[in-house]
Amino acid sequence: MQFPGAKRWLLVGIALAILVSYFTPHFNRYYLGVVIDVGIAIILATSLNLINGHTGQFSLGHAGFMAVGGYFAAWISITAGAFASAVWFFPLALIAGGLLAAFVGLLVGVPSLRLRGDYLAIVTLGFGEIIRVVAQNTEAVGAASGMKGIPKLTTLGWTFGCAAITIYAITALVNSTYGRGFIAVHDDEIAAESNGVDTTRTKVTAFVTGAFFAGIAGGLYAHHKQFLSPTGFDWLKSIDIVVMVILGGMGRTVGVIAAAILLTLMPEFLRDFSDYRMILYALLIILLMLLRPAGLFAFNFKRRKKA
Amino acid sequence: MSAPLLELEKATIRFGGLTAVSELSLSVGEGELIGLIGPNGAGKTTAFNMITGVYMPGSGSIRFAGKNTLGIKPNRLAALGIARTFQNIRLFSSLSVLDNIRVAARLHNGEGYFSALWRGRGWKTAEAETEKNALELLEIFDLANQRDELANSLPYGDQRRLEIVRALATRPRLLLLDEPAAGMNPSEKDGLMRLIQFVKERYKLSVLLVEHDMKVVMGICERIAVLEYGIKIAEGTPKEIQSHPKVIEAYLGAAAV
Repeated sequence: MQFPGAKRWLLVGIALAILVSYFTPHFNRYYLGVVIDVGIAIILATSLNLINGHTGQFSLGHAGFMAVGGYFAAWISITAGAFASAVWFFPLALIAGGLLAAFVGLLVGVPSLRLRGDYLAIVTLGFGEIIRVVAQNTEAVGAASGMKGIPKLTTLGWTFGCAAITIYAITALVNSTYGRGFIAVHDDEIAAESNGVDTTRTKVTAFVTGAFFAGIAGGLYAHHKQFLSPTGFDWLKSIDIVVMVILGGMGRTVGVIAAAILLTLMPEFLRDFSDYRMILYALLIILLMLLRPAGLFAFNFKRRKKA
Repeated sequence: MSAPLLELEKATIRFGGLTAVSELSLSVGEGELIGLIGPNGAGKTTAFNMITGVYMPGSGSIRFAGKNTLGIKPNRLAALGIARTFQNIRLFSSLSVLDNIRVAARLHNGEGYFSALWRGRGWKTAEAETEKNALELLEIFDLANQRDELANSLPYGDQRRLEIVRALATRPRLLLLDEPAAGMNPSEKDGLMRLIQFVKERYKLSVLLVEHDMKVVMGICERIAVLEYGIKIAEGTPKEIQSHPKVIEAYLGAAAV
């Protein structure tokens, strides 16, 4: 069995998140906000890693799934807040957002996962834009001016609790005989298919799972920023997440988490020259591809190292 | 005689104007070891791809264990008992030797998505069972010491062997070997011949072998079918094939007859 005791780590993670959450009133609010951003980025990057890294399907639509989950969860909170305390609905709203995102993932995934490589990337890119444009033109979610008045419900505990669940879920999946199918699809689809792996189903499963957690991240994001704007979910946001996965090393969970932390903190430290952020990004990726093609955080203690 | 395990009946496939395999009829009985030979481009691998469901024949039929396989996807056919290896080795390169076997053993693991997430007792038992079986297989084929090595870091001969072992992990009834001796030196070829014989006896398989190496084909096959330009020109025992005028013509030209 791989990763024995994974469930124990999950419980430790959640307990730690809740415990630390108790002390947040004493924290600097700015830093607290940044730390929650980091947690959300970890969820996004880890879940995209299942699709882009482990399963090897290049998706550029993760911000779209995040938007679906975010808007839906926010809508539930606002609607429910009218007749009850929205706090009680928060976990439900998050899960509902995740499930809707997963459902949209299924709708997008079934037809588009027949495509490979660049073609899939373009379709998912287009999908992300569709979501953004739909949000921009739907009055019920505030259209172009954005969705306001979302209750502030996201705490450190919720964020890192969800992050722990995400990391556990992806790790547990991939490190099982069932989940080796994802990596088999990544390595060689023809061989996987002839050894009994239903490649289409595996790809759709990865896609739907990734979308679910992106939806959760979207819900956390909505109740953290208390404001959703369609422009916040454009393709640049998707690229941000993809960069985390590439920088961390495709399919390397530890590296991807580290990259999510680094790339979320970096713009905060570079606030004074935020105009150059994308240039720095581009430079970073070029350097990375030249110097560390397997990923900056491609630690050697993992068994699945590339030669 | 009972119905053959695999039966091709006038299976034909065209790619545009090219008829890659034309009206191929071939049967493989239980426990038989059949060779499929022919010059380059004769359609041997295409025939394999039809049998394994990668391509669908335009006309004719393919029956496996009495069941028409037309339109069944390769992964379902693998579950039914057709396993194959590839001409150019296709191992899962970022997985370990053991995990390569585990992917194939997924068919018999029985645990799905949610039990992998939950990691309950049933799942643990099934995982332990799968790992034990995989190790046993590796043990038999002398690969157990390399269990944690990356599949593509193995020496060439071992990679070929691992591909066969991986195919066996799906617990097939019919094993298709696509040029297993390609790139092997004579002593490796001898080892391979023994291996194929051993696998066939031990797991009570039928084997269909595509091979260029005549020593291997003639040495182990009970019956041989010869393809040229997608058409079966001869079929018979190794002795018959060696002296068959059409076969000699196909390989050496008309003047040699």
